[in-house]
Amino acid sequence: MRGDRWLKVLLRASGAGTAPLALSILITLIFGSLPAIKKFGLHFLSSSVWNPVTDHFGLLPFLMGTILTSILALLLSFPFSMAISIFLGVYHPEGPLSKIISYLTDLLAGIPSVIYGFWGLVFLVPLMRKLELSLGIPPYGVGILTASIVLSIMIIPYTASLSREILKMVPSEIVEASYSLGATTTETILKVILPYAKSGILAGIFLSLGRAIGETMAVTMVIGNSNTLPSSLFAPGNTMASVIANEFTEATRSIHLSSLIYIALWLFVLTLLVNLAGNIIVTRMEVIGEKKNL
Amino acid sequence: MKNIILGLVMMAALHGKVTLTGAGATFPYPLYSKMFLEYNKLTGVKVNYQAIGSGGGIRQLLAKTVDFGASDAFVSDNEMKKFSSPIVHIPMVAGAVVITYNLPGNPTIRLTPDLIAGIFLGKIKKWNDEALKKVNPGVDLPDMKIVVVHRSDGSGTTFIFTDYLSKISDEWRTTVGRGKAVKWPVGLGAKGNPGVAGMIKQIPGSVGYVELIYAMSNDMPVAIVKNKTGNFIKPSIKSVSLAANIRLPEDMRVSLTNTEAPYGYPISGFTWILVYKDLKDGKLSFEKARTLVDLLWWMIHDGQKYAEPLHYAPLSASAREKAERIVKSITYEGKVLIK
Repeated sequence: MRGDRWLKVLLRASGAGTAPLALSILITLIFGSLPAIKKFGLHFLSSSVWNPVTDHFGLLPFLMGTILTSILALLLSFPFSMAISIFLGVYHPEGPLSKIISYLTDLLAGIPSVIYGFWGLVFLVPLMRKLELSLGIPPYGVGILTASIVLSIMIIPYTASLSREILKMVPSEIVEASYSLGATTTETILKVILPYAKSGILAGIFLSLGRAIGETMAVTMVIGNSNTLPSSLFAPGNTMASVIANEFTEATRSIHLSSLIYIALWLFVLTLLVNLAGNIIVTRMEVIGEKKNL
Repeated sequence: MKNIILGLVMMAALHGKVTLTGAGATFPYPLYSKMFLEYNKLTGVKVNYQAIGSGGGIRQLLAKTVDFGASDAFVSDNEMKKFSSPIVHIPMVAGAVVITYNLPGNPTIRLTPDLIAGIFLGKIKKWNDEALKKVNPGVDLPDMKIVVVHRSDGSGTTFIFTDYLSKISDEWRTTVGRGKAVKWPVGLGAKGNPGVAGMIKQIPGSVGYVELIYAMSNDMPVAIVKNKTGNFIKPSIKSVSLAANIRLPEDMRVSLTNTEAPYGYPISGFTWILVYKDLKDGKLSFEKARTLVDLLWWMIHDGQKYAEPLHYAPLSASAREKAERIVKSITYEGKVLIK
């Protein structure tokens, strides 16, 4: 009994602790970026100049880089993660083959990002260079698209694992009902299982998006680190997270440092918005789903 | 187990009376770790140096959380005002930035200041450009696009390189300028010397800049550069040391780029250790202050012998003389620590 009470206190305290923690991070970021906020204000968002020599700083190239790579990565990974989750959740929920594949998919999530970056650099970059040569564009190899491909592989396990579990949870009654009405497997998946599991799959997608937005190391290694607006998908660019990682250690001038923290603040806001949007969409879909079921 | 702990405690009591902490530049890190290790063997003084970057080193010195800072770029007059009390710069060794490239067969190429500026401004776009051919007769320059690779992280290497470019090219000075990070007109960014080197090895036709020690220990092709007096100089420990054969200012806050020394390599620079002029201002105890000054004295004398094996250029005679005077000027509550 007493142990129970202590556990309760402990759990409550750690639960309540996260809110002030997130808040204090936000306050630190705001405090650190004050000089940049005073100097650039909201103009920071629309300015595409990043010049540490003349102290002109703008977020746009990095915001574009982050959004482009994350969305592209999501689009590239979606078909694969869906295929994996349907295969494991519907076709082969049991058995050694399924175990091996789910183990390998989950393993992808555990690989340190620097290894993804390294793989990208030594394997993917030469491949991209060949492609670029055949297309007749500058053969950098690195760039927005290369970074997106590396990211897309990194986020597969997030969508795939979550969706797989959700698909497994679809009640067998409705699946069997669908079959008994003469539906084919494809029809059952497309018209019964997937609609039922929609909100869970979406939650997985938003989780992946959050991961893609914040990824630093692997992206820095293959994006080309050019602090300008990317002119094409093959052009080098930079993301919010990677410019911070690149320039933070040697930013001696206070306005440079403060601008980097200002980027971190926007990155925080962006992540917050993605999570919020995810939550809202998922809850709304659940509500609609429940209404339909009634 | 108990005995080991007891032994460690006794060792600490006998030797490690004082532990000094420092932070800053990554460029001299291999040398400093060697020096501090040897100094520890000699005296038992422990030095804990964190290679967090020049910017971080200066910030920590400003916050007085370290006993000394280290930087590849000297603190500007404007930045000096931020310090509550005066600081001094003690030069330790010189380093250089070399231009490396990836061409079929990797021939040795010669570059003039105009060519370097032209390439990094994105004006010279191909390797078989007439201007390049003229300076390199007999070298088979291919019909290839030039891909510029630069550092993506803020770095003292970039500072020395852009400082040089600003001195030799008006266009560079007015449109780009000098700094640890700049707005590059063209090219790809890569993190650290290994990043730039790796990128250059991968992209045929690429050109970039790395530290001399990095190029030497990795056998990379390096360009021979025409200096201010018109001599073409191959970057080496000797030509970098020679670059400091000029009139040096008393405070040693001097840039060696585009040196007037006839046999000096033009893209060279010192790396410094930074301390408060009166160590009491830096919140050091008297004992620590004495230990630090002894260490600095050792580093510009006996410690210099570790420079060359690690591909750093030791201080020239005139530079060492100036450095001695600076170390002697360090005080504690107004009293000199070394004579």
